[in-house]
Amino acid sequence: MASIVASIWQGITYRGKDGHYAWLLHRLGGLGIVLFLFLHILDIFLVGVSKELFETFLFIYHSAPAKVFVMGLLFGVFFHAFNGVRIILVDFWPEKFSNLKMQRLLFRLVVLVTLLFFIPTAIITVAPIFGTHLSLSHLLGG
Amino acid sequence: MRVTLKLKRFNPEVDEKQHWEEYQIDVEPNDQLLDALNKVKWFHDGTLTYRRSCAHGVCGSDAMVINGRNRLACKVLMKDLGNKVTVEPIRGLPVVKDMVVDMEPFFAKFRAMKPFLINNTPAPDGRERHQTVEDRERFDDTTKCILCACCTTSCPSFWANGEYIGPASIVQIHRFIFDTRDEATKERLEIANDAMGVWRCRTVFNCVEACPREINITKAIGEVKKAILEG
Ligand code: SF4
Ligand code: SF4
Ligand code: FES
Repeated sequence: MASIVASIWQGITYRGKDGHYAWLLHRLGGLGIVLFLFLHILDIFLVGVSKELFETFLFIYHSAPAKVFVMGLLFGVFFHAFNGVRIILVDFWPEKFSNLKMQRLLFRLVVLVTLLFFIPTAIITVAPIFGTHLSLSHLLGG
Repeated sequence: MRVTLKLKRFNPEVDEKQHWEEYQIDVEPNDQLLDALNKVKWFHDGTLTYRRSCAHGVCGSDAMVINGRNRLACKVLMKDLGNKVTVEPIRGLPVVKDMVVDMEPFFAKFRAMKPFLINNTPAPDGRERHQTVEDRERFDDTTKCILCACCTTSCPSFWANGEYIGPASIVQIHRFIFDTRDEATKERLEIANDAMGVWRCRTVFNCVEACPREINITKAIGEVKKAILEG
């Protein structure tokens, strides 16, 4: 445990560049996904136990802190997915993609695509807090 | 220019743990950080301890975490570091004193890679084994390593698990498996394919950013991964 904490601390305090932050975000995203998976298994399990219990659980999901968590999770999922594509490219075609210039470009692309997916989804998720319900067609002007 | 050096100090005889100490000194903009450390040691505090030998980026003795990144103290100039410079020992290896770490775990891994040519077939003409310019070019990049450990000790996978053979060792594997004169490719790839081998690399590129010889380490690792897959 001490070594895990130490290595996380080292990860945060080392002044790496884009690859380092991509790794950090990828890890955090991965951890968020695992955490959510457990929550999700739990809530589905509760449906089987009793409807009321499940409803209480949903109330937790609708609370503001949960929304923040979901927001982080959303970002994490998108980032994890697109960064994963970057890693596949680097792993399978090292001669093309494994150099610092390509690396900078790919990292920027990953962040860009992640934001493109994240921002609309985030707006849809946050809107109910302010009493408006939005769908993708609203956002696309439909 | 006047700079403040913030150094992470540790004396095993008196200190329980590491602590920071600051020194104010005057340096020339074109001085190396190593010159600045020498100034502290020679004129302010003779107990300051660090390794150095060549002072020209050749021996690989003076890897340190400089302003948060792994560098050789003799390969950075003061003008590029600003007025406040932090220096710590490299991470993931036991600290012996101040900037001196125990390099043995690092070298043990290096030795385990069999970093020498293995060839049991006698040379065709009884004297030498020829190689074309292209053959030699294939592994040129990975011949440049000076074993400074900047790469391995900047690697998050290595911090998380000290058993990981680390980028410097994989550089050695690359150096020999793509050498047409070497006959131990199979044996070397087995080492690389181990649970503590290449697959622990998460393509973070910290090693590439840190390498003072500008070796494209992640590419070398990628090529070793591919060589394993292709058998
Ligand atoms: S590219 Fe691989 S070996 Fe290099 S720092 Fe990253 S994880 Fe470590
Ligand atoms: S590969 Fe580069 S950073 Fe790593 S030990 Fe060799 S010279 Fe140092
Ligand atoms: S002192 Fe030799 S590499 Fe810096």
